[in-house]
Amino acid sequence: MVTILYFAGLRESLGCAREQVALAGGTATVSSLVDQLRGRSDSWTEAFAPGKRWRVAVNQQMADLATPLRPGDEVAFFPPVTGG
Amino acid sequence: MPRVRVQEADFDVGRELETLAGGRKDIGAIASFVGLVRGENDGDAIAGMTLEHYPGMTEKALESICDEAHARWRLLDTLVIHRVGRLVPGDRIVLVAVASAHRGDAFAACEFIMDYLKTRAPFWKREETPAGSRWVEARDSDDSAAQRWKG
Repeated sequence: MVTILYFAGLRESLGCAREQVALAGGTATVSSLVDQLRGRSDSWTEAFAPGKRWRVAVNQQMADLATPLRPGDEVAFFPPVTGG
Repeated sequence: MPRVRVQEADFDVGRELETLAGGRKDIGAIASFVGLVRGENDGDAIAGMTLEHYPGMTEKALESICDEAHARWRLLDTLVIHRVGRLVPGDRIVLVAVASAHRGDAFAACEFIMDYLKTRAPFWKREETPAGSRWVEARDSDDSAAQRWKG
């Protein structure tokens, strides 16, 4: 299992702030997790469609599609940041 | 006092700068930046905005930006305060202050910290316009500003 957090506009469009997800078998990466999420429904496919701007962090460090995932990891998806 | 704070409360710039100086005799320069909420964005009147963050990661990201500034310039201390929650035009959003022996390091590091904060620290603004509220889109100009510190 990994914990997934969603922030800002992504949280709103998905209607989900936090969840626990079992990783599909084999070697898990951010990329395989995103594929898994895209398969859920149209809104998930749309939110993670190619060309959509989103960012990912693993264990509170910026990550990318190739970042490996292990059970217990905290994964966060969010739009490009707009602080300051 | 930690050098990074994320809080709902306002801050007193004068008092923060005085605390940063802390009666030390080796500081010759303090450069600071204060960001404020504007009452207009992309042609629309803004009544207020709500800032969201990622508790835990936001603080770590700000710490790591300060660490990088310390690695690049000769700095004596840095301070970043960023507010979250609902703010209205004229409110202070962010304070970055950098102390060094000479002004060049303080000026450069202050700008660097702001540029990196804008593109790397997980904060998101939702602004209230007459037509309803909307998430602020990230600006390409912020990416360009951060890019110029590379290499």
